[in-house]
Amino acid sequence: MTASYVLLGLLARGPRHGYELKHAYDQRLPRAKPLAFGQVYSTLGRLERDGLVTQAGQDQAGGPERTAFAITDDGRAALETWLGEIEAPAPYVSATLLSKVVVALLVADPARATAYLSAQQQAHTSRMRELTRLKSEQDLTVGDLIAVDYALTHLDADLRWLQTALHRVADLHREVQS
Amino acid sequence: MSPILTARDLTKTYGVQPALRGIDLDLHEGEIVAVRGRSGCGKSTLLHCLSGILAPDSGEVRFRGDRIDDTAEPYRSELRRTQFGVLLQHGHLISELTSAENVALPLMLGGGSRRAAMAAADTWLARLGVAEAAEQIPGRLSGGQLQRVALARAMVTQPVVLFADEPTGALDSLAGELVMKLLTRVAREQGTAVVVVTHDATVAAYAERELVLRDGEVDPTGLGVAIGVPA
Ligand SMILES: Nc1ncnc2c1ncn2[C@@H]1O[C@H](COP(=O)(O)OP(=O)(O)OP(=O)(O)O)[C@@H](O)[C@H]1O
Ligand SMILES: [Mg+2]
Repeated sequence: MTASYVLLGLLARGPRHGYELKHAYDQRLPRAKPLAFGQVYSTLGRLERDGLVTQAGQDQAGGPERTAFAITDDGRAALETWLGEIEAPAPYVSATLLSKVVVALLVADPARATAYLSAQQQAHTSRMRELTRLKSEQDLTVGDLIAVDYALTHLDADLRWLQTALHRVADLHREVQS
Repeated sequence: MSPILTARDLTKTYGVQPALRGIDLDLHEGEIVAVRGRSGCGKSTLLHCLSGILAPDSGEVRFRGDRIDDTAEPYRSELRRTQFGVLLQHGHLISELTSAENVALPLMLGGGSRRAAMAAADTWLARLGVAEAAEQIPGRLSGGQLQRVALARAMVTQPVVLFADEPTGALDSLAGELVMKLLTRVAREQGTAVVVVTHDATVAAYAERELVLRDGEVDPTGLGVAIGVPA
């Protein structure tokens, strides 16, 4: 979903081939899961069907990877709308971390939940260290840096929650079991 | 490589309140260790004992193999001036001196010329992003500026061991990042060993390891909370 708007955003700067889009996507969002070529073409196909992009020429070699795409006026309008929309601030709380604690208490006991929380805490901590090392030892691009910042801030938030959850495990167990 | 600073079985009690109950620590050159744990768990007390500000009730602290905990205060303050850099949680600057003079003071006390000391002070204030505070007296600085001036004072002598109690507590995240990057750099480039007390996981992530305290003891689980005991 978001990927299609990123592609529209890239096309807003001029027509591009599918393979160029994939590389531009990975370059601009360096810490995102890389976009698969297949996903680029299926997304472009959908955007074309909805009239948000249009084909803009083809190299002699042909094939989808040699087809250039351009954003349409509708595409620009859709992009503008998306940029102006505020994302609902966490309307639902659904996180695997949270679900695991609840399920651990349903099927096992506080010790199980605690074991999970502490293992998760260690995994988060070592990931934070890894990202922090990257940040302090290498000259990252600004694009990379703000992506790393994003990851670190969210890991930090998770860690705070994990810590608080550890304090509440016994109480939660009583509630879940009652 | 043998550790530069070691602590063995440190205990400290304030009146009847035990603050440290048998702490061991080995600190190596160039290493950053984060000390964490809930408020009141003994972090500051540990830092005071390690840096020789406070004598532990029992146990020992060694710097380069020599006992420092049972030595006389003049020796320990000499050590703090020449080998250690200490940023206290409620660190005081001298209120009549400007920031630059405060930072330069440890160098001048060590026999350095005023000129060289003031130049070094300006360098460290700039590195910590508070060059603009150089000519101000502490009473005119913000909390975050004060914190960085005090840190500059702890770092200006290029200590062998740097003790920092919540060095980023009053800082926004970008200023905190600047401070932690600088600490990482001196650890890497000058081999400074750093003990940093912090509540902040993003700060602790600059350290190679964490020492988590709980009720004055090292918590082997690293969690800092009592667990698995339904209340
Ligand atoms: N000078 C003192 N006199 C009496 N008790 C003290 C003194 N300093 C600390 N304590 C007590 O010793 C314990 C450990 O205090 P310490 O300052 O080392 O905790 P801390 O981990 O640094 O806490 P914080 O995160 O709040 O700074 C606490 O129970 C505290 O009340
Ligand atoms: Mg403290």
